[in-house]
Order: sequence, then structure tokens, then C-alpha cells
Amino acid sequence: MTIAALDTVPTGVPTELARGRGGGGPASTRTVVAYGFWIFLLSDFILFAGLFAAHAVLSGNTAGGPTGAELFNLRNVFIETMCLLFSSYTCGLGALSAERRQPARFLIFAALTLVLGAAFLVIESTEFAGMVSKGAGPSRSAFLSAFFTLVGTHGVHVTGGLLWLVYMAAQVVAKGLRPQVLRRLLCWSLFWHALDIVWVGVFTLVYLMGAR
Amino acid sequence: MDGDDRVFDDRTPGVEEYESTASYLSYTAGLGLAVLLTIVSFVVAQTNLLWPPGIPVGLIVLAFAQIGVHLVFFLHIGTGPDHTNNVIALAFGVFIVFLVIVGSVWIIANLNWNMMDIPR
Amino acid sequence: MLGRLSWAAIPLDQPLPLYAMGVVGIVILIVLGIVTVKGWWPYLWREWITSVDHKRIGVMYVILGLVMLLRGYSDAIMMRSQQAIAIGDAQGYLPPDHYDQIFSAHGTIMIFFVAMPLVIGLMNFVVPLQLGVHDVAFPTLNSVSFWLTATGALLVNVSLVIGSFSRATWWGYPPLSELTFSPDEGVDYYLWPLQISGIGTLLTGVNFVTTILKLRAPGMIYFRMPVFCWTALAANMLIVAAFPVLTATFAMLLLDRYLGMHFFTNDAGGNQMMYANLFWAWGHPEVYILVLPAFGVFSEVAATFSGKGLFSYRSMVLATLGICILAFMVWLHHFFTMGAGADVNAVFGIMSSIIAVPTGAKIFNWLFTLFRGRIVFTTPILFLIGFMITFVLGGLTGVLLAVPPVDFVLHNSAFLVAHFHHVIIGGVVFGALAGINYWFPKAFGFTLDERWGKASFWCWLIGFYLAFMPLYVLGLMGMTRRMQHIPDPSWRPLLLVAELGAIVVFLGILCQIAQLYVSIRTREQRRDLTGDPWNGRTLEWSTSSPPPAYNFAVLPRVETIDAFWEVKRKGLTPVEEVYETIEMPRNSPIGFVIAFFATFTGFALIWHIWWIVILGLLAAAVTVLVFGWSENRQHEISANEMAQLERARLGLGRPA
Repeated sequence: MTIAALDTVPTGVPTELARGRGGGGPASTRTVVAYGFWIFLLSDFILFAGLFAAHAVLSGNTAGGPTGAELFNLRNVFIETMCLLFSSYTCGLGALSAERRQPARFLIFAALTLVLGAAFLVIESTEFAGMVSKGAGPSRSAFLSAFFTLVGTHGVHVTGGLLWLVYMAAQVVAKGLRPQVLRRLLCWSLFWHALDIVWVGVFTLVYLMGAR
Repeated sequence: MDGDDRVFDDRTPGVEEYESTASYLSYTAGLGLAVLLTIVSFVVAQTNLLWPPGIPVGLIVLAFAQIGVHLVFFLHIGTGPDHTNNVIALAFGVFIVFLVIVGSVWIIANLNWNMMDIPR
Repeated sequence: MLGRLSWAAIPLDQPLPLYAMGVVGIVILIVLGIVTVKGWWPYLWREWITSVDHKRIGVMYVILGLVMLLRGYSDAIMMRSQQAIAIGDAQGYLPPDHYDQIFSAHGTIMIFFVAMPLVIGLMNFVVPLQLGVHDVAFPTLNSVSFWLTATGALLVNVSLVIGSFSRATWWGYPPLSELTFSPDEGVDYYLWPLQISGIGTLLTGVNFVTTILKLRAPGMIYFRMPVFCWTALAANMLIVAAFPVLTATFAMLLLDRYLGMHFFTNDAGGNQMMYANLFWAWGHPEVYILVLPAFGVFSEVAATFSGKGLFSYRSMVLATLGICILAFMVWLHHFFTMGAGADVNAVFGIMSSIIAVPTGAKIFNWLFTLFRGRIVFTTPILFLIGFMITFVLGGLTGVLLAVPPVDFVLHNSAFLVAHFHHVIIGGVVFGALAGINYWFPKAFGFTLDERWGKASFWCWLIGFYLAFMPLYVLGLMGMTRRMQHIPDPSWRPLLLVAELGAIVVFLGILCQIAQLYVSIRTREQRRDLTGDPWNGRTLEWSTSSPPPAYNFAVLPRVETIDAFWEVKRKGLTPVEEVYETIEMPRNSPIGFVIAFFATFTGFALIWHIWWIVILGLLAAAVTVLVFGWSENRQHEISANEMAQLERARLGLGRPA
């Protein structure tokens, strides 16, 4: 026995179906893509949770080597934090421009985001290089391994995010703000804001608490 | 049947299509609050404005507040019925993050104590 | 040039692995030869390797799982035989170095490359059909996930021929797994394939959570989803939650091994207990990832073959979600003896006992489903009954172990080995086999031979009890796990019974192979012409067998639980459809290509061949960028085309 639909199903979903309870049929591509990416971001938060946990547990294990208080320059951390925070702001304004189909404005905000993100990375890599040259590299102690891995993983995500931004800017220039590009920009901006959220955890737990 | 009167679709986190002018305000307000909370965190950490033994708790509270600002003002996570899936997913994620970090710290602290593993 | 790789990596002086790979190599060459001679490569490439169809990907996952079952099972038989022989003065045939690799490989392969693929394969095939939609949320990503998993399986097996595998058990605890005590490539053969396939699994988790929450047929509100979809949701939520922890943990161990860091080393402040803590924070949810979909299979099987709806749908859903949440709150019971102290142990012991409660509720629900039903004794329902008895017993031993003082006696004894095999075989393996027997006709258009299926069930059931009941007794007598040599001759009778059990299970596996062979040869007699061979209740049975690529020409409108059953009950006559053009994703080679580069990158990482690592990563990155730039990744199926396909399907009553 085969089955046809109970009755013909029109393109629009019937309004009497309880959409709020999830009975509205398959969601739009944009919803599906953004939600899927949101779930992926949550998994990334959990990855960071594992690294945060390792850092929390190992932060006292300095093996006679330098401690956080000796190494951290909180002024630079503040500048880094502001760079990343403002880059989140420009990212948001860029997203608005994209949604309003203003590619030129989007590209300007994208450039600003790129500059601020790059500034963050420059400060961070200088910090890392300085620590390594002082003999406080990741193989010095468990604390430093945890520090470099946690902060470094965040930095790798930021780097990836900036490369992705350049790629997206190229797509905007080449293809315009069509739906597929917009969906990816939405994912990108979710990613960028999530990185700033992780950074709030980093500067609070690693730097501010670690420097005491 | 079991219909609601309103017809709405699930919202995505992040910017919504055809959003109103409130958004520039949303981002700017979010930035302002976040900057403020960051400055307060740095000040609290490095001075004695807050009772010293309470500083870790204070910093965590400020961090949560700032994360909340990001979620609401930048990611537009709300509490309406069309946000339910996003909020539940986020709550689940937060729950797991909490378990992993707090659980690990509690377990390892106990293990270290019993195994006389002094931080070295 | 070639890092640490040299000719010495090939174990010319060790006959066993060489012969094993010789046999496997010949089989592979024969298979490849047949495919080439028959000219099947274009078809395989077009229809399977580059497929983004969840049904094809699901079948490939199951095939991967079953093939790896043979590898994992040969490890098992080797261990059982060694333990049956090497008693007292006898030394057996497996030196300790080999034995250690074998038990490490056995656990790794069975969990990651047998159980996970079987379960993920079933979810892949069934979930979109049960939800009444065309495909999963991210079909191309689905293909990437599968091929990355296959890469992991391949790399682990390469360790048979090139180099050696890890000797540090399937958990890889430091300090044994650190460079100081495992300086060679073994642990890297464990870590890198699992990291690679872990990415694939995580992407599967994201894919299915999104699919189940955002892509369902119109009218299918949450409480009208089939129970299998609920369990799939819970399992995939656990994947999303747990696999990142494993990734982070393995990454830290890799950083220790490759960059000289000190997360888990003996010196410079490393804390080995943290590895165990984080590993099991993943490890416990993992077993629920495996067993929840098996529970889902059993819910479907129980309802279908008793001719009744599942007893208490709501409590089933609540129990599933309860297990999902609790799964993340018990992980310390894997290391009660590590020394966290009484209060920590008590909390986790109590939580571990609590998690048995929703599972017990499910058992009652299945029982009440069967009660007063018109039971049809097919192979799946035999597996269900076998499961209910076996899993309950195994679960009881688990509740025993959940009591910390008891666990102090039994931790890492043969009792524990018996317990986890009890629940994994009784739960996951029986569930997978039941699912395969149940959905095979949907996937291939003909049923599996019942006689051989039942024979395989009885062999598995009897063999399992013979193999593992003695281990409970041995554990209580003091035998620990992983023993290469047995000191106490009084254990011999029990070990011989266990060996007999392993042989009987092997007969069961042979019965399965026979079942496949016979079924394929006699498939015309067992064609499924209606699409509904079992008088099923859920939407997948409303499609043809096998379903068309798009699953449903028009998405069904769902008004109740067991949507298809309702339709049959109401005796609705088919209505002339109004078809609309739909878009389906095109097949794509990207999954295979990325996995191809991942294989080389993984191999190069294991052997420290840095230039290949860099090239491989660059190639994978370029592939992603090129793919991201591509257009035309959907193709349309026009309304006319669908009308033709559907008329052909409905008119002749045969699969399209």
C-alpha cells in the first residue's frame, strides 16, 4: 500500500498548524544554517570549557617557573580586550549593513573589523614571543602549557576568523549580497561574537584572576 | 486543532532580516555596557575597591554580566517563543560548560588533596 | 625526508600481523579487482562515494561498522584464546607487547569504528525518513563526516602493517601514553585517527540536532516525532556536548607528545588524573550516545511487531531526555578508586544509581508494549527480547558497580569487563542488529533471510552468555582485566567456557554473513513490493523500498503520533498529487577528497613527516575554499519529472 498526502499540501504552511510548537514544517534554509552553526558554536564553547578546566586545575603548577602575576601585562590585556570588543561592534554594524544590502558599507566595517582583529593578534603574539624569550614558553611548566594552549587556541580561532572574513569579503565583491553569501556572513558574525564571549572568560579567569 | 493565533517562525541568533532601526542602538548600547563592565573588571581586579576575598566572585559575576550583554545586544538572544530553541540550546551548552569546569575543579581538588599533590 | 618512517616499521619479524595483513590485502585486492573488471567504478563513484544522500551514507556507515566488526572480533578471539592457553606454566602464543596492542586496538576499534558507525548509520538512514523530509540539514557535511570516520578506521588499521599500535589501552592514560613510556608511534596511531574521526562525529551531531529540531514534516510537532527520532536527538545532543571534551583532551596529550608540553607529564607540574577526569567526562556520555539510539530501535521494533503503539510515549520521551541530562553527571564512577574521597564518590555513586531509573522505566514500557500485543516473532523482536533480559542483567551489575565500596573491589577486574560487554552487546550490538534486520528491506528492497537471522541471534545470545558469565565469577575470584598470562590454574575451566562462548559468537557472525549471502541470492523471492513489509507505524514505511532519492514527493502532513498507522487505520485512498519542483543537493566529491587529504595528513603526523602534513592541510584548506566558491550545488527535480517518477512507482507497485 502506498500513501499520498492526506490532502494537497500548498506551498505555504497552513496557519492552523502550531508553528510555535514546531509543527510548521521544515524551517527556512537561513534558519537551518544559522541554528546549525549556533549548535556548532556551542560545541566550540565546550571545547574551550575543557581547556578552561585544564587551566583552572593546572594554574598553580608552575614547577618553580614564572607565575601569571610575574608574566602578565594587564595594560596590554586591556588594550587587546578593547580591540576585540570594538571589532565585535564593527562586526555587528557590518552585519546590519549586509542585511540592508549595502555592500560598500559592509566592506568598510569588515575592514575595520579586520584591522582591530589583527591588532589583537599582534599584541597577543608579541606577548607570547616575549614570554618564550624569557624562558616562559609552553614547555616550561604545566601552568604555562595550559596558558599557551587556552589563549593560543582562542588566538587560532581569531586568526581563522580573520581569514574567513577576507574570504567572505572577496565573495561579497565577486558575487554580491545574495542569500547564500548573507547566510555565511550571518554564520561568520555569530562566530566572531562567540570569540569575544570566550575572550571575556579568558581575560577574567586567566589574566585578571591569574595576576593576583 | 492545536493552533496558535500568531504565526511566527523560529528566529535565528544574530541579525534578523528586515530588522528595524533599533539595531544600531542595540549594538551601541551593548558596546557601551561591555566597555563599562570591562573597565570595572580591571579596576576590581587591581584595586581594593571590592572586599579582597570577594574579588574572584565579583569578577565572575561581572564576566557573566558581560557575556549576557553580548548575548542580548550582539547576538539578539531573547526570551520570546520564537527564541525557544536557541535559548534551550544555549542553556544546555552552559550546563555542560559548568559541569566540565566546576566538576573538574572539584574532582581534581579532591584528588590533589587526597593524593597529597601539592602544586609544584 | 620521511620523518621517523623507515623500512624497520614493517614488522617482518612478527608473523601474526604480517599474515593478517596478507590475508586482508588479498581480500581487498580481490574486491577491487572484481569491481574493476565489472566496470563498477563509475557507478560507485557517482552513486555512493560522492553521494550526499543520507540513505546511501547510512548504508556506508553500517558497512564500515560491520567490516570493522570483523577486525575487532579477531582481536577478541585472539585475546580469549591467549587467556585460555596461557595458564600456569604455558606462555601462550601472544607476547605481552602484542597482547597489549591487541586489547588497545580491540577497544578502540569496537567503540569508535564499529559501535559508533553502526548507530550513526542507522540514524542517518532512518531519521529523515521518519521525520518526513527530503534529507538531513547539511547533506554535504554528512558526506564529509562519513569519509572522515572512514579515514580514522583506515589509519588505525594501517598500524597493523606499518609500525605498531598503542599499548596504552583504549583510554590512553598518561603517564603510560606520554613520550617517556610510549616513545614510539603507537599512541599517535591512536590519537590522530580518533581526532580526525572525532571531527566527523561532531559534525554529525550538529547535523542531526539541527535536522531533528528544524526539519520535520508539516504538523509534526515534537510530541508526534517517532521515539527513534527522540533518542537520536538525545544521542546527537550528547555528541555535540561530549566530543569537544575528547578533542580537547587528546589535543592536550598530543601537545605533550609533540611540543613537549606538560599537561599530563610526570614532571614540571603535569597532572595525570586530569586526563582520566576529562577522558571519562567524554567517555560516559559516549556509552549513552551508543545505547540511546539502540533503545530507539527497540521502541520501534516493539511497537511494530506487537501491532500496538508504544506504551506511554510521553514517559518514553521524558526518560530519554532524563538519561541524556544525567549521562553527563556520572562520569567519575569510572575512576572511583583514583582517590577523590568519600564525598565525591558518594555524589557520583548516587547519580549513577539514579540514572538506572529512567532506563528501568523504558524497560517497563517495552514490556507493556509487548503485553497483549499480537507478537510476530521475527529476528528483530528476538533481539528485543534478548536485549531486555540481557541489558537488565548487565545494568544490574552496573548498579552494583555504582556503589563505591563494591567498585573498590571490582574496579578493572574481569567483573567490570563482563559488565560493560553485557550492556554494550546486549544493548548496542543487539540494537544495531535488530535495526539492520528491521530496516534492511527499506534500504535494499528485499527482506533478509529469517532463518539465518534467527540462527545468528541464538548464536549471539548463547555465545554472549557463555563468553561473559564466567568473567563475572573470575572477577570475583580476583582476575583483573588485560591479563596476558593467567597465574592461577583453577581459573582454567571458566576461561575455557569463555573461549567456547567466543567461538559461538563467531558462529553467529558467520550466520550473519550467510544471511547476507543467502538473502542476496534469493532476493527475488523476498522482494518488498509495498514498501511496508512489517505493517509498520511510522512514515518511513510509507515510501517505496528503497525510497526515491527525494524520499517524499510531497511532504506528508502529520496529525498524530505514528502518522502512517493513522493513515492506514483511516483507510484513506490515494489522491492525485499536486507536485511541485523541489531542489535536492547535488552529489559532491568533497567529502572523499577532504578525507583523502586527511588520511595523508594523519599518517604524516603519526610519522613526523612535516612537509606532507603542511601540504595535506593546505590541500584540504584549498578544497574547502574552492568548494565554498562553487555554484550550482543543488539540482532541481521538476514537478513533471516527479509526477512521472511517482506514477511509475505507484502504478507498477515496484521500487523506482
